[in-house]
Amino acid sequence: MATQDIIARSATTTASPSVRQFDEVAKLIDTTVCIGCKACQVACSEWNDLRDEVGDNVGVYDNPSDLTADSWTVMRFDEHETSEGDLEWLIRKDGCMHCEDPGCLKACPSPGAIVKYDNGIVDFDQDKCIGCGYCVTGCPFDVPRISKKDNKAYKCTLCSDRVSVGLEPACVKTCPTGAIVFGTKDEMKEHANWRIQDLKGRGYENAGIYDPQGVGGTHVMYVLHHADKPQLYSDLPKDPAISPLVGAWKGVAKPLAMLAMAATAAAGFFHYIRIGPNRVSKEDEAAVEHDAAQAGTNSPDAGGTSDER
Amino acid sequence: MNGNENQDLQRYNANERSNHWAVALLFVLAALSGLALFHPALFWLTNLFGGGPWTRILHPFIGVAMMLFFLGLAFRFAGRNRFKAHDRQWLSQWRDVISNQEENLPRIGKYNAGQKLLFWVLVISMLALLFSGIVIWREYFSDFFGIGMIRFASLLHAFAAFVLITSIIVHVYAAIWVKGSVGAMTSGKVSRAWARKHHALWYDEVRKNQR
Repeated sequence: MATQDIIARSATTTASPSVRQFDEVAKLIDTTVCIGCKACQVACSEWNDLRDEVGDNVGVYDNPSDLTADSWTVMRFDEHETSEGDLEWLIRKDGCMHCEDPGCLKACPSPGAIVKYDNGIVDFDQDKCIGCGYCVTGCPFDVPRISKKDNKAYKCTLCSDRVSVGLEPACVKTCPTGAIVFGTKDEMKEHANWRIQDLKGRGYENAGIYDPQGVGGTHVMYVLHHADKPQLYSDLPKDPAISPLVGAWKGVAKPLAMLAMAATAAAGFFHYIRIGPNRVSKEDEAAVEHDAAQAGTNSPDAGGTSDER
Repeated sequence: MNGNENQDLQRYNANERSNHWAVALLFVLAALSGLALFHPALFWLTNLFGGGPWTRILHPFIGVAMMLFFLGLAFRFAGRNRFKAHDRQWLSQWRDVISNQEENLPRIGKYNAGQKLLFWVLVISMLALLFSGIVIWREYFSDFFGIGMIRFASLLHAFAAFVLITSIIVHVYAAIWVKGSVGAMTSGKVSRAWARKHHALWYDEVRKNQR
């Protein structure tokens, strides 16, 4: 994408180019239609040329068991027993949510290593990444991973390379049930509303969209059967937001600390100019000579008491 | 027997001076590399360390080295930095201190209350930096800690570094302001008049020991 399309940039305190108008995009993941086939995982590694190490089965369907620097999306499986005693298999495709207000971008200290495009995609530039892991600290969804091979941060790009030339993300293209759809954010909301109405008609009273406003909304949204309890879906946070600790660290602390340090140095400078240095005076030197003379004639204790002035 | 009555007084020996300057040099490197990662306006400082990734790699090692040398310094100087009754009086007369009206102040030993305060602030901020720094040392240690702990440590690390850097600005200015002080840490010597004016009890003590 052109540099004009970058509307937010890590470690940058001035405005990014913002005159162009662009429709925000979104990926909608309908958990109620997902069958957990993991074709999206395969398509992701296929398109992005990622080959994660073959791991161990941890006793459940989750495989790999967590996001890694080489697995940018994973299916998370949860068995949920409803109050009626029915079993529901809640499957959620996990990965970067592409927040409108990204915690990773806020935390990143390297200018331009994390950018947000005007279509809403949040992307990492590994060339500028320094490997500090602050993006991991900042993310409310526990998504970025630092590679053990190169100490760079990786996560889902929402296939920004495909989207920029008018293609849908690889996971969307491959999904066999249409559980993953892609378009403008408005279209996706409309699509979600239609799905939610359908679900409500089938008895899922709490069906709803997951587009958390604590991070300004996301460019990856979910349709959930139980939108009132997103935690059921492998701990999807109910009200995600940038942690106040990260907010303080990367917000008010930066200018305040810089100002206070500069003010301390300035206070020293002006103290020197207004009041001036503290010098040893002629009288102080004379007193020392007096002490020495006394020490020569008096008892050894004399030096200790002779300097009262 | 009083042949040395005109010589300057030894304030720090060669080991103490070397230790001090080792900490000081490592502090400058740690502060510059840390500030580079703290505020975007100072990210250019990463160029001094060979770029962003090198700054990220070096900073924690520099910090640990500074901490080790600082521990040496702290053990050398801790005994002389215990607060005494006259320190409260000295601090309450801070207006006399900053307006160079030293004759109004109580007679003090090797360190005044301001220096003692600085010493303990440095001890606390250094320890806070060490522990929070380990938690946020992503390459080796962060995997052992929860995200809440890492976030808290990140903020604490920045705050402790701010306290440390500000304290050192005050420390450096005090050395510029009170003339005759710098020699204590270069040649190790101060003039008798300097000692008598600023650290009268220490002056008495040294003279007594010389006899």
